[in-house]
Amino acid sequence: MSKLFDARRWLRLIGDFDQFLLGMKTTLLVALFGLLIALGLGLILGILSCVKLYGFRIITRIFVEFFQNTPLVVQVFFYSFGLPFLGIRLPGFMVGVVGVGLYHAAYISEVIRSGIEAVEKGQVEAATSQGFPYIQTMRYIILPQSLKVILPPLTNQAMNLVKNTSVLAMIAGMDIMYYAKSWAGNNGFFYQGYLTAGLLYFLLCFPLARLTARLENKARQLPAVTPLRIMEVDS
Amino acid sequence: MSDILSRNNLLFMLDGLKLTVFLSIATILLSMCFGTLFAIIRTYAKGNLLPLAKITGAYIEFFRCTPNILWIFFFRFIIPGNVIAKEIFAFTLFTSAIMAEIIRGGLNGIPKGQFEAAASQGFSFPRTMLYLILPQTYKQIIPSVLSQMITVIKDTAYLKAVDIAELSRNTDIVMGKAVTATEIMSLFALLAAIYFVICFILSVSVRTYQKKVMATG
Repeated sequence: MSKLFDARRWLRLIGDFDQFLLGMKTTLLVALFGLLIALGLGLILGILSCVKLYGFRIITRIFVEFFQNTPLVVQVFFYSFGLPFLGIRLPGFMVGVVGVGLYHAAYISEVIRSGIEAVEKGQVEAATSQGFPYIQTMRYIILPQSLKVILPPLTNQAMNLVKNTSVLAMIAGMDIMYYAKSWAGNNGFFYQGYLTAGLLYFLLCFPLARLTARLENKARQLPAVTPLRIMEVDS
Repeated sequence: MSDILSRNNLLFMLDGLKLTVFLSIATILLSMCFGTLFAIIRTYAKGNLLPLAKITGAYIEFFRCTPNILWIFFFRFIIPGNVIAKEIFAFTLFTSAIMAEIIRGGLNGIPKGQFEAAASQGFSFPRTMLYLILPQTYKQIIPSVLSQMITVIKDTAYLKAVDIAELSRNTDIVMGKAVTATEIMSLFALLAAIYFVICFILSVSVRTYQKKVMATG
């Protein structure tokens, strides 16, 4: 315990804090680009898994099941060690973006799908009877209604995505976790290094956790659609 | 090709899988116990015990907002002792926070009338929990617990970073002997397939259970 309250060690940490900030920058950028991929791809896949064409449904199913039921670590190791054997070399940053992007696209796709399914069938029929084409039915009628249901699990996914960027520490990805691990290892100041990393992740994730809770409460007050259970679509 | 998937290599990977399964089950069982305790404290601690609820709440919120891998590294170095025991502790510490939230969600879904009925029959609080509330809660949260189990199994792959001989680390060692792209690819495929089969079975049971519950109301 004396190691935890050793002022000298904390002062060293403050002196070297720029390393942690570098890691923070990588984590934020990877999370941001990863989220863009996850949202874009997740939205497309989520809509495709609700269309009548069986082929699309099968493809999205395979994608979702594969990415959800294998470890992110294995996926990321495949991108960084497996792909070079096929002549594809991705820089660490890209491995992180593609890694969390595809992994969470699978989860977000499921969130979107359940959100669309939560909106009553009658809504689609009403829109079709009014002559709305499919894209417009989605754009103006289904998605706006399911948005309130979709949002809480979506912000929850964003939080998980930020946490999962820490997988980069396994492949020297220069993120918070990587710098914390190397700084703690080099100095032998494990408490200081890891607790600081924990605090940085907390600062990034806690606002998202609060937002999720608030949106969940809001969704509960909606009569029209049944809210999704967050925990069951968690990663 | 047939060399890399030799009997010895496959048995070596199977040993890793055994440890992966053991670590996951141990984590889930321990997290269920601690998670239940924390959820009860956070939900029902009143009056003098209110600070306890606040502390528990802080612990849950803090761990939910940090990555699991951080605690895997942290406990590897902080405390001396058997590395497997340390990592089960790290996993349990992290997973209990998430489990507590799942169980709290279940507790909040129990109708108030159940407590009133128990009180009118003269049940003490522990007995009310044990005989009436918890059985109903557990029944409700089975899908969420199974989902969490999938997460735990997947997260055990992180443990190769702290030299625990689980499935991914043992596969890594086998990969070290591989030369051709085909060998590497087949090992990756096998590794992914093993995790996939286990997790997919669990995720199908989650959905089947949900459908069954929905059908029966």
